Amino acid sequence: MIPAVVFLTFILMLSIFLGFELINKVPATLHTPLMSGANAISGITVVGAISLAGTGNQDLANWLGAGAVALASINVVGGYLVTDRMLAMFKKKEG
Amino acid sequence: MDTMIQFAYVISAGLFIFGLKQLGSPATARRGNMISSTGMLVAIVAALLDQGIVDYQWIVIGIVVGGAIGAGAARMVQMTSMPEMVALFNGFGGMASLLVGWAALSPDAGTFTLVTIILSILIGGLTFTGSLVAYGKLSETIGSGAVLFSGQQVVNSLIVLGILGGAVMFCLDPSNLTWLFVVIALSLVFGIMAVIPIGGADMPVVISLLNSYSGLAACAAGFAVDNNILIVAGSLVGASGIILTQIMCKAMNRSLSNVLFSGFGSGKQDTT
Repeated sequence: MIPAVVFLTFILMLSIFLGFELINKVPATLHTPLMSGANAISGITVVGAISLAGTGNQDLANWLGAGAVALASINVVGGYLVTDRMLAMFKKKEG
Repeated sequence: MDTMIQFAYVISAGLFIFGLKQLGSPATARRGNMISSTGMLVAIVAALLDQGIVDYQWIVIGIVVGGAIGAGAARMVQMTSMPEMVALFNGFGGMASLLVGWAALSPDAGTFTLVTIILSILIGGLTFTGSLVAYGKLSETIGSGAVLFSGQQVVNSLIVLGILGGAVMFCLDPSNLTWLFVVIALSLVFGIMAVIPIGGADMPVVISLLNSYSGLAACAAGFAVDNNILIVAGSLVGASGIILTQIMCKAMNRSLSNVLFSGFGSGKQDTT
Protein backbone atom coordinates (compact mmCIF):
# COMPACT_ATOMS: atom_id res chain seq x y z
CA MET A 1 0.00 0.00 0.00
CA ILE A 2 1.39 3.38 -1.01
CA PRO A 3 1.20 5.83 1.90
CA ALA A 4 -1.03 8.88 1.50
CA VAL A 5 1.96 11.16 1.97
CA VAL A 6 3.25 10.10 -1.46
CA PHE A 7 0.03 11.22 -3.13
CA LEU A 8 0.03 14.47 -1.18
CA THR A 9 3.62 15.14 -2.27
CA PHE A 10 2.59 14.43 -5.87
CA ILE A 11 -0.18 17.01 -5.52
CA LEU A 12 2.28 19.48 -4.00
CA MET A 13 4.74 19.12 -6.89
CA LEU A 14 2.06 19.51 -9.57
CA SER A 15 0.50 22.56 -7.86
CA ILE A 16 3.89 24.25 -7.68
CA PHE A 17 4.47 23.78 -11.40
CA LEU A 18 0.96 25.00 -12.10
CA GLY A 19 1.48 28.08 -9.93
CA PHE A 20 4.63 28.92 -11.88
CA GLU A 21 2.87 28.50 -15.21
CA LEU A 22 -0.24 30.51 -14.28
CA ILE A 23 1.64 33.70 -13.45
CA ASN A 24 3.30 34.45 -16.75
CA LYS A 25 3.30 37.70 -18.71
CA VAL A 26 0.96 39.50 -16.35
CA PRO A 27 0.72 43.25 -17.09
CA ALA A 28 2.18 45.49 -14.37
CA THR A 29 -1.19 47.09 -13.56
CA LEU A 30 -2.49 43.70 -12.45
CA HIS A 31 0.37 42.92 -10.05
CA THR A 32 -1.32 44.29 -6.94
CA PRO A 33 -4.79 42.81 -7.64
CA LEU A 34 -3.21 39.47 -8.46
CA MET A 35 -1.23 39.54 -5.22
CA SER A 36 -4.37 40.42 -3.32
CA GLY A 37 -6.40 37.71 -5.06
CA ALA A 38 -3.76 35.07 -4.37
CA ASN A 39 -3.63 36.29 -0.78
CA ALA A 40 -7.36 35.64 -0.42
CA ILE A 41 -6.80 32.06 -1.62
CA SER A 42 -4.17 31.54 1.09
CA GLY A 43 -7.05 32.01 3.53
CA ILE A 44 -7.94 28.42 2.54
CA THR A 45 -6.46 27.51 5.90
CA VAL A 46 -9.99 28.31 7.17
CA VAL A 47 -11.00 24.86 5.90
CA GLY A 48 -8.42 23.20 8.14
CA ALA A 49 -9.48 25.43 11.03
CA ILE A 50 -13.15 24.50 10.61
CA SER A 51 -12.41 20.81 11.12
CA LEU A 52 -10.55 21.65 14.34
CA ALA A 53 -13.08 24.12 15.72
CA GLY A 54 -16.06 21.78 15.43
CA THR A 55 -14.88 18.69 17.28
CA GLY A 56 -17.11 19.50 20.25
CA ASN A 57 -14.23 18.85 22.68
CA GLN A 58 -13.82 21.90 24.85
CA ASP A 59 -10.03 21.62 24.69
CA LEU A 60 -7.14 23.80 23.61
CA ALA A 61 -7.18 22.52 20.02
CA ASN A 62 -10.85 23.52 19.75
CA TRP A 63 -10.16 27.07 20.91
CA LEU A 64 -7.11 27.42 18.69
CA GLY A 65 -9.24 26.21 15.78
CA ALA A 66 -11.99 28.73 16.57
CA GLY A 67 -9.43 31.54 16.67
CA ALA A 68 -7.98 30.35 13.38
CA VAL A 69 -11.46 30.31 11.79
CA ALA A 70 -11.96 33.96 12.76
CA LEU A 71 -8.52 35.10 11.56
CA ALA A 72 -8.70 33.16 8.30
CA SER A 73 -12.22 34.51 7.67
CA ILE A 74 -10.84 38.05 7.88
CA ASN A 75 -8.25 37.07 5.28
CA VAL A 76 -10.78 35.40 2.95
CA VAL A 77 -13.63 37.92 3.09
CA GLY A 78 -11.40 40.99 3.26
CA GLY A 79 -9.06 39.67 0.58
CA TYR A 80 -11.75 39.00 -2.01
CA LEU A 81 -13.59 42.27 -1.35
CA VAL A 82 -10.44 44.37 -1.56
CA THR A 83 -9.43 42.64 -4.80
CA ASP A 84 -12.87 43.30 -6.26
CA ARG A 85 -12.70 46.97 -5.29
CA MET A 86 -9.31 47.34 -6.93
CA LEU A 87 -10.49 45.66 -10.12
CA ALA A 88 -13.68 47.72 -10.24
CA MET A 89 -11.59 50.89 -10.19
CA PHE A 90 -9.33 49.43 -12.86
CA LYS A 91 -12.26 48.85 -15.20
CA LYS A 92 -13.62 52.35 -14.74
CA LYS A 93 -10.28 53.83 -15.70
CA GLU A 94 -10.14 51.71 -18.84
CA GLY A 95 -13.60 52.63 -20.09
CA MET B 1 -20.14 11.45 2.13
CA ASP B 2 -16.42 11.70 2.66
CA THR B 3 -15.82 10.96 -1.02
CA MET B 4 -18.29 13.69 -1.98
CA ILE B 5 -16.38 16.19 0.17
CA GLN B 6 -13.10 15.22 -1.49
CA PHE B 7 -14.66 15.71 -4.93
CA ALA B 8 -15.96 19.11 -3.83
CA TYR B 9 -12.35 19.97 -2.94
CA VAL B 10 -11.28 18.94 -6.44
CA ILE B 11 -13.90 21.29 -7.94
CA SER B 12 -12.81 24.07 -5.64
CA ALA B 13 -9.14 23.58 -6.62
CA GLY B 14 -10.17 23.78 -10.28
CA LEU B 15 -12.02 27.05 -9.62
CA PHE B 16 -8.94 28.49 -7.86
CA ILE B 17 -6.71 27.60 -10.80
CA PHE B 18 -9.13 28.96 -13.38
CA GLY B 19 -9.70 32.09 -11.28
CA LEU B 20 -5.98 32.78 -10.97
CA LYS B 21 -5.56 32.32 -14.71
CA GLN B 22 -8.30 34.86 -15.43
CA LEU B 23 -6.89 37.29 -12.87
CA GLY B 24 -3.81 37.56 -15.07
CA SER B 25 -5.61 39.36 -17.92
CA PRO B 26 -7.28 42.79 -17.63
CA ALA B 27 -10.45 41.85 -19.52
CA THR B 28 -11.29 38.85 -17.33
CA ALA B 29 -9.68 39.82 -14.02
CA ARG B 30 -12.84 40.73 -12.14
CA ARG B 31 -14.60 37.56 -13.24
CA GLY B 32 -11.51 35.60 -12.24
CA ASN B 33 -11.74 36.96 -8.71
CA MET B 34 -15.40 35.96 -8.63
CA ILE B 35 -14.58 32.42 -9.80
CA SER B 36 -11.85 32.10 -7.21
CA SER B 37 -14.19 33.24 -4.42
CA THR B 38 -16.77 30.70 -5.60
CA GLY B 39 -14.08 28.06 -5.21
CA MET B 40 -13.53 29.22 -1.64
CA LEU B 41 -17.26 29.03 -0.93
CA VAL B 42 -17.41 25.45 -2.28
CA ALA B 43 -14.45 24.45 -0.09
CA ILE B 44 -15.94 26.00 3.05
CA VAL B 45 -19.37 24.42 2.52
CA ALA B 46 -17.71 21.04 1.90
CA ALA B 47 -15.65 21.42 5.08
CA LEU B 48 -18.80 22.21 7.07
CA LEU B 49 -20.41 18.95 5.88
CA ASP B 50 -17.60 16.87 7.41
CA GLN B 51 -19.02 14.28 9.78
CA GLY B 52 -16.32 14.90 12.35
CA ILE B 53 -17.95 18.24 13.07
CA VAL B 54 -20.50 18.02 15.86
CA ASP B 55 -20.47 21.53 17.24
CA TYR B 56 -21.08 24.44 14.88
CA GLN B 57 -21.34 27.16 17.48
CA TRP B 58 -17.71 28.34 17.46
CA ILE B 59 -17.32 27.88 13.73
CA VAL B 60 -20.28 30.15 13.06
CA ILE B 61 -19.09 32.71 15.60
CA GLY B 62 -15.60 32.66 14.08
CA ILE B 63 -16.84 33.05 10.51
CA VAL B 64 -19.35 35.79 11.39
CA VAL B 65 -16.90 37.80 13.50
CA GLY B 66 -13.97 37.35 11.09
CA GLY B 67 -16.14 37.95 8.03
CA ALA B 68 -17.61 41.13 9.51
CA ILE B 69 -14.18 42.51 10.40
CA GLY B 70 -12.82 41.62 6.97
CA ALA B 71 -15.78 43.08 5.11
CA GLY B 72 -15.77 46.25 7.21
CA ALA B 73 -12.05 46.80 6.74
CA ALA B 74 -12.24 46.12 2.99
CA ARG B 75 -15.08 48.61 2.55
CA MET B 76 -13.64 51.37 4.68
CA VAL B 77 -10.04 51.31 3.45
CA GLN B 78 -8.89 54.16 1.21
CA MET B 79 -7.94 53.22 -2.33
CA THR B 80 -4.42 54.48 -1.73
CA SER B 81 -4.04 52.27 1.34
CA MET B 82 -4.84 49.01 -0.44
CA PRO B 83 -1.34 47.45 -0.32
CA GLU B 84 -1.03 47.79 3.45
CA MET B 85 -4.54 46.38 3.87
CA VAL B 86 -3.47 43.34 1.85
CA ALA B 87 -0.43 43.04 4.13
CA LEU B 88 -2.65 43.07 7.20
CA PHE B 89 -5.04 40.43 5.78
CA ASN B 90 -2.05 38.33 4.81
CA GLY B 91 -0.71 38.52 8.36
CA PHE B 92 -4.00 37.20 9.75
CA GLY B 93 -3.88 34.31 7.27
CA GLY B 94 -0.37 33.47 8.48
CA MET B 95 -1.47 33.58 12.12
CA ALA B 96 -4.41 31.30 11.30
CA SER B 97 -2.00 28.74 9.83
CA LEU B 98 0.14 28.99 12.95
CA LEU B 99 -2.90 28.23 15.13
CA VAL B 100 -4.00 25.34 12.88
CA GLY B 101 -0.52 23.82 13.07
CA TRP B 102 -0.48 24.18 16.85
CA ALA B 103 -3.97 22.71 17.22
CA ALA B 104 -3.01 19.73 15.05
CA LEU B 105 -0.55 18.68 17.76
CA SER B 106 -1.68 15.44 19.36
CA PRO B 107 0.13 12.88 21.54
CA ASP B 108 0.13 10.25 18.78
CA ALA B 109 1.54 12.51 16.04
CA GLY B 110 4.32 10.91 13.98
CA THR B 111 7.61 12.59 13.13
CA PHE B 112 6.41 13.67 9.68
CA THR B 113 3.35 15.37 11.20
CA LEU B 114 5.54 17.04 13.82
CA VAL B 115 7.82 18.45 11.12
CA THR B 116 4.85 19.85 9.18
CA ILE B 117 3.44 21.32 12.41
CA ILE B 118 6.74 23.08 13.10
CA LEU B 119 6.86 24.33 9.50
CA SER B 120 3.35 25.77 9.61
CA ILE B 121 4.11 27.45 12.94
CA LEU B 122 7.43 28.85 11.72
CA ILE B 123 6.22 30.14 8.35
CA GLY B 124 2.86 31.28 9.74
CA GLY B 125 4.51 33.12 12.62
CA LEU B 126 7.06 35.01 10.56
CA THR B 127 4.36 35.84 7.99
CA PHE B 128 2.24 37.32 10.77
CA THR B 129 4.79 39.67 12.32
CA GLY B 130 6.50 40.36 8.98
CA SER B 131 3.17 41.46 7.53
CA LEU B 132 2.43 43.63 10.56
CA VAL B 133 5.78 45.39 10.14
CA ALA B 134 5.13 45.82 6.40
CA TYR B 135 1.72 47.27 7.27
CA GLY B 136 3.27 49.63 9.80
CA LYS B 137 5.91 50.84 7.35
CA LEU B 138 3.44 51.46 4.52
CA SER B 139 0.88 53.21 6.70
CA GLU B 140 3.75 55.04 8.42
CA THR B 141 2.57 54.14 11.89
CA ILE B 142 6.20 53.13 12.31
CA GLY B 143 9.13 54.74 10.50
CA SER B 144 9.37 53.60 6.90
CA GLY B 145 13.16 53.75 6.77
CA ALA B 146 15.44 50.74 6.97
CA VAL B 147 16.24 49.87 10.58
CA LEU B 148 19.83 48.76 10.99
CA PHE B 149 22.04 48.24 13.99
CA SER B 150 25.49 46.80 14.43
CA GLY B 151 25.55 43.08 14.98
CA GLN B 152 22.18 42.66 13.27
CA GLN B 153 23.39 39.75 11.17
CA VAL B 154 24.78 38.03 14.26
CA VAL B 155 21.44 38.45 16.05
CA ASN B 156 19.56 37.10 13.01
CA SER B 157 21.88 34.11 12.74
CA LEU B 158 21.34 33.34 16.42
CA ILE B 159 17.56 33.50 15.94
CA VAL B 160 17.73 31.09 12.99
CA LEU B 161 19.95 28.73 14.98
CA GLY B 162 17.52 28.99 17.91
CA ILE B 163 14.57 28.11 15.66
CA LEU B 164 16.43 25.14 14.15
CA GLY B 165 17.52 23.91 17.57
CA GLY B 166 14.06 24.35 19.06
CA ALA B 167 12.46 22.58 16.10
CA VAL B 168 14.80 19.57 16.41
CA MET B 169 14.31 19.36 20.19
CA PHE B 170 10.54 19.56 19.74
CA CYS B 171 10.49 16.77 17.14
CA LEU B 172 12.60 14.57 19.44
CA ASP B 173 10.39 15.18 22.46
CA PRO B 174 6.95 16.55 21.45
CA SER B 175 5.58 16.11 24.98
CA ASN B 176 7.80 18.98 26.15
CA LEU B 177 5.84 22.04 25.04
CA THR B 178 8.61 24.45 26.07
CA TRP B 179 10.36 23.90 22.74
CA LEU B 180 7.12 24.55 20.89
CA PHE B 181 6.77 27.92 22.59
CA VAL B 182 10.43 28.69 21.91
CA VAL B 183 9.85 28.11 18.18
CA ILE B 184 6.62 30.16 18.19
CA ALA B 185 8.28 33.09 19.97
CA LEU B 186 11.42 33.04 17.81
CA SER B 187 9.37 32.78 14.59
CA LEU B 188 7.43 35.87 15.59
CA VAL B 189 10.67 37.73 16.38
CA PHE B 190 12.26 36.53 13.14
CA GLY B 191 9.39 37.97 11.08
CA ILE B 192 10.09 41.40 12.57
CA MET B 193 13.85 41.11 12.12
CA ALA B 194 13.51 40.02 8.49
CA VAL B 195 11.40 43.02 7.44
CA ILE B 196 12.76 45.96 9.49
CA PRO B 197 16.02 46.28 7.49
CA ILE B 198 14.03 46.78 4.27
CA GLY B 199 12.99 50.30 3.27
CA GLY B 200 9.34 51.31 2.90
CA ALA B 201 9.59 51.76 -0.87
CA ASP B 202 10.31 48.05 -1.29
CA MET B 203 7.35 46.96 0.82
CA PRO B 204 5.09 45.89 -2.10
CA VAL B 205 7.69 43.29 -3.10
CA VAL B 206 8.00 42.18 0.52
CA ILE B 207 4.22 41.83 0.83
CA SER B 208 4.16 39.72 -2.33
CA LEU B 209 6.86 37.49 -0.85
CA LEU B 210 5.03 37.24 2.48
CA ASN B 211 1.90 36.33 0.53
CA SER B 212 3.83 33.47 -0.99
CA TYR B 213 4.91 32.43 2.52
CA SER B 214 1.36 32.46 3.86
CA GLY B 215 0.47 30.06 1.04
CA LEU B 216 3.32 27.79 2.06
CA ALA B 217 2.17 28.02 5.69
CA ALA B 218 -1.33 26.93 4.63
CA CYS B 219 0.27 24.10 2.65
CA ALA B 220 2.27 22.93 5.69
CA ALA B 221 -0.86 23.17 7.84
CA GLY B 222 -2.59 21.03 5.20
CA PHE B 223 0.02 18.29 5.68
CA ALA B 224 -0.38 18.63 9.46
CA VAL B 225 -4.16 18.13 9.44
CA ASP B 226 -4.10 15.86 6.37
CA ASN B 227 -6.26 18.02 4.12
CA ASN B 228 -5.81 18.00 0.34
CA ILE B 229 -7.35 21.36 -0.52
CA LEU B 230 -5.03 23.16 1.89
CA ILE B 231 -2.04 21.53 0.23
CA VAL B 232 -3.21 22.28 -3.32
CA ALA B 233 -4.36 25.86 -2.75
CA GLY B 234 -1.47 26.63 -0.41
CA SER B 235 1.23 25.46 -2.79
CA LEU B 236 -0.55 27.20 -5.67
CA VAL B 237 -0.35 30.50 -3.80
CA GLY B 238 3.19 29.75 -2.65
CA ALA B 239 4.44 29.13 -6.19
CA SER B 240 2.50 31.87 -7.96
CA GLY B 241 3.43 34.31 -5.17
CA ILE B 242 7.15 33.73 -5.57
CA ILE B 243 6.90 34.16 -9.36
CA LEU B 244 4.87 37.34 -8.93
CA THR B 245 7.53 38.61 -6.53
CA GLN B 246 10.19 37.97 -9.16
CA ILE B 247 8.16 39.77 -11.83
CA MET B 248 7.66 42.77 -9.51
CA CYS B 249 11.40 42.90 -8.82
CA LYS B 250 12.16 42.76 -12.51
CA ALA B 251 9.73 45.64 -13.13
CA MET B 252 11.85 47.68 -10.70
CA ASN B 253 15.08 46.52 -12.35
CA ARG B 254 16.28 44.77 -9.24
CA SER B 255 16.90 41.27 -8.07
CA LEU B 256 15.05 39.67 -5.19
CA SER B 257 18.19 39.27 -3.07
CA ASN B 258 18.98 42.91 -3.77
CA VAL B 259 15.62 43.89 -2.24
CA LEU B 260 15.79 41.52 0.71
CA PHE B 261 19.35 42.30 1.72
CA SER B 262 19.61 45.89 0.51
CA GLY B 263 19.85 47.10 4.11
CA PHE B 264 22.87 44.90 4.69
CA GLY B 265 24.63 46.07 1.52
CA SER B 266 27.89 47.94 1.22
CA GLY B 267 26.72 50.54 3.69
CA LYS B 268 25.26 52.94 1.17
CA GLN B 269 21.88 52.92 2.92
CA ASP B 270 23.23 52.79 6.43
CA THR B 271 22.45 56.39 7.21
CA THR B 272 18.88 56.47 5.92
